[in-house]
Amino acid sequence: MTVIERPAGPEPQGEAPPLGPPLVSARDLTKVYRVGEQDLVALDHVTLDIAAGDFVAIMGPSGSGKSTMMNLIGALDVPTSGSLVLDGRDIGTLAVDELADLRNRSIGFVFQQFNLLPRTSALEQVMLPLLYAHPRPADSEAMARRRLEQVGLANRMDHTPRQLSGGQQQRVAIARALVNNPKLLLADEPTGALDSRTSEEIMQLFAELNRGGITIIVVTHEPEIALWAGRRITFRDGRIVDDIRQTPYAGGVTLSDASSAPGAAP
Amino acid sequence: MNLWDSVLIAVRALRVNLLRSVLTTLGIVIGVASVIILVAVGTGASSEVDKQIKALGTNMLVVFPGSMRVMGRQGGAGTDIPLSEIDVAGIRDKVPGVTAVAGQIEDSGPVVRGNSNWTSSLSGVHAEYASVRDWPIASGRDLDAADVRSGAKVAILGATVAKEIFPGEDPVGAAVRIKNVPFEVVGVLTAKGQSVMGRDQDDIVLLPITTARLRVSGKSQIQNDRVGRIYVKVDEGADMAEVQEDIESFLRQRRKTRAGAEDSFSVRNLAETMKARSEVLTTLSYLLAATSVISLIVGGIGIMNIMLVSVTERTREIGLRMAVGGRRRDIMLQFLVEAVSLCLLGGLIGIAIGVSASAVIAFVANWPVLVSPAVLGGALAAAAATGICFGLFPARRAALLNPIDALRSE
Repeated sequence: MTVIERPAGPEPQGEAPPLGPPLVSARDLTKVYRVGEQDLVALDHVTLDIAAGDFVAIMGPSGSGKSTMMNLIGALDVPTSGSLVLDGRDIGTLAVDELADLRNRSIGFVFQQFNLLPRTSALEQVMLPLLYAHPRPADSEAMARRRLEQVGLANRMDHTPRQLSGGQQQRVAIARALVNNPKLLLADEPTGALDSRTSEEIMQLFAELNRGGITIIVVTHEPEIALWAGRRITFRDGRIVDDIRQTPYAGGVTLSDASSAPGAAP
Repeated sequence: MNLWDSVLIAVRALRVNLLRSVLTTLGIVIGVASVIILVAVGTGASSEVDKQIKALGTNMLVVFPGSMRVMGRQGGAGTDIPLSEIDVAGIRDKVPGVTAVAGQIEDSGPVVRGNSNWTSSLSGVHAEYASVRDWPIASGRDLDAADVRSGAKVAILGATVAKEIFPGEDPVGAAVRIKNVPFEVVGVLTAKGQSVMGRDQDDIVLLPITTARLRVSGKSQIQNDRVGRIYVKVDEGADMAEVQEDIESFLRQRRKTRAGAEDSFSVRNLAETMKARSEVLTTLSYLLAATSVISLIVGGIGIMNIMLVSVTERTREIGLRMAVGGRRRDIMLQFLVEAVSLCLLGGLIGIAIGVSASAVIAFVANWPVLVSPAVLGGALAAAAATGICFGLFPARRAALLNPIDALRSE
């Protein structure tokens, strides 16, 4: 695996935000899928802590277990064995509806394909998680407006996905992920469908949000995206093969094509 | 997430595929519309029959003379021993449970006033006739016992006759000539309308039975106390069947009919016969309504089909809703409400079509058609129930999706 390293070495220090107690805590986490007659070990006794306030990139080739790890951290799936404590709850012990509530309260999801509802305004997209909140906040609309302003879409609230660019759509998705004040933002290839310049804008936004205190986990196979994180975990064959702290890239230069946007304004 | 949210989501989803939604509900539309039309026409028909039963007179039995069998050939009604005044008096006095009895002889002839005339049915009747037939006098007076005893030359006109000979006038007190005999009009009957057979029952003139025998048609009669038929009014509390049997046994006795021999008369409960007919009509209309239930079921399968398509098409949306915290029951409710909304949409269209079609039928066929709110409510409830029944399976399928697979689906 080639790792692009910029500009200093992978020193586990720098001006990373003060980290709190573990928000995600995996112990001997194992996930086995049954495919036909065979058992496929997707995760093999993984032990891992992710501290509150951290910005983590999870990397690895396809089939490495990173997607399985993301599904478990996102409380979308339960482990075969071992434990995963997320925001104080062991997901292995929760019922389906309790998992749904945990996702609603503690996690904001950002997907590669944005997953916005067709023919629905940005404002309503962002309000969607509040629809499933218990109790239902009285000021849903105000909360959604605030988040859209935060991601820079104050003047796009009535736009439907078709009227928005890819980057704007992903911003709507981020506002939706943030609306319930989750502790963890879980992004699965968030820039996979975007060009490099828009990708940088989105990662810039993530970095900003992380400085604001929210824990961010980005699952990606693009090394330049992983550079934005303060910690980089690499999976292979269901195990962690590399776990380093790094100085997060602060943006400003497009890595993949430095000549195209020299010092572009944000 | 509450019901209202689900309704909003459902309406939005249905609007997105408006044409598909409307086409899908076609089965429901046809089912609901046909239920409404059939029940409307059916109840309209039986209420018409009810009206005719009332017009016939309630708690009434009619005695007809029998037919005679001569040389193996059965004669028509009235060819056997005719009924007589003695039978009338006997039924009145000897059969318990009888409140009033009136005999009737029928003839027809012209009723003349000045230079206008009208040929009508001329009925010689006893004084109680109008009350036995539940036939109130609209103006003037009824025939009384004295008229019958003295053979008075008085007449009561049916509504049609009054209208034909005295257009826009009150005939009471006027003089008419019937078969060249001058009569005084003393009363007019209320309109009764058509009989079951479509005969105009108001095209009639009532005369005292004695006068009729003597002056109108009596001259040709061999037997001067002949009665064509006898109307019997039975007491409200009495058992109709029992009274009918008593009349039969009284007449058999009087005619010395041997045991086992056929009656030379018949006693009929016309209302019963008609009621049976109306029941057949009602049964028929419910049977037809049952076939439209089948159409509802077929419509429901259409709904289920399109809901399954919808669940497949929107798998990613379902995955997303689950990821952001939608519980299984939220997803289930959303799709169930969508199916019910679809069916209610079909139900409303069906009601609109059914009600207007019923109105057209009522207008074209001149047939009373009743659309009751209960039927409309029932039809909507049936549509909603169809939605729940056939929406359950697709909704369950959506709710049981695995969020990971749902999010990944294309």
